[in-house]
Amino acid sequence: MEKKIQVQEETFDLRAEYDHLRSVSLKVGAVVTFTGTVRDLNEDESVQVLHLEHYPGMTERELDKIIDEAAERWDVIAATVIHRVGDLYPGDEIVFVGMSSQHRGDAFASCSFVMDYLKTRATFWKKEKTEEGDRWLTTRESDVTAADAWDKAQ
Amino acid sequence: MTIKIVFFASLREALGVDSVNLQISGSCSVSALIRQLSDQHSPEWLEILTAENIRVAVNHDIINEDVEVADGDEVAFFPPVTGG
Repeated sequence: MEKKIQVQEETFDLRAEYDHLRSVSLKVGAVVTFTGTVRDLNEDESVQVLHLEHYPGMTERELDKIIDEAAERWDVIAATVIHRVGDLYPGDEIVFVGMSSQHRGDAFASCSFVMDYLKTRATFWKKEKTEEGDRWLTTRESDVTAADAWDKAQ
Repeated sequence: MTIKIVFFASLREALGVDSVNLQISGSCSVSALIRQLSDQHSPEWLEILTAENIRVAVNHDIINEDVEVADGDEVAFFPPVTGG
């Protein structure tokens, strides 16, 4: 399996990431990619800046473990996770997860799995800067439920 | 021996510091380390570091029970993650 894990301030090139996942092997028959973007109006307050902090070293290691777990469950030929940190603005791309497999079922499921686990295990923290002041985000119950569902499905 | 302790996100802001180097003699558990930190700083530290939702990692691995730490280890305290 080909793994690519990056935590960075700069944005990413969707076309380049897709091309990498597609061209890594001629066995690839499906590429699924997910891109998360910064939303405005989280909790009904106007978000001006979303600041992302992480734990260098541990973050990359957790992401590596999450990809390995996905590869144990599904046929994964290549996996890419890119997560941005620093100050981001509404509309910015924040996270990219891409998986390539021989068939679409594995690519769809593994991409969804990596994203759900990333939400509850990778050491990132978001702080919203709004007109009403700064606020650290708290874990959403629906994210925990989504990750738990994969544990039960094992 | 020296243990490096790091704090993140809201926890770092609550404590007002991002890392501390703690000198300890002999072996030491994470719970003993927390007591020593609050003795050195303020009783508020004990409350903040033992709050119910706080996660603890030793050398980048989450721990779910008290463990012994050794010279050169890195112990991290942080709130639940919110990436993605």
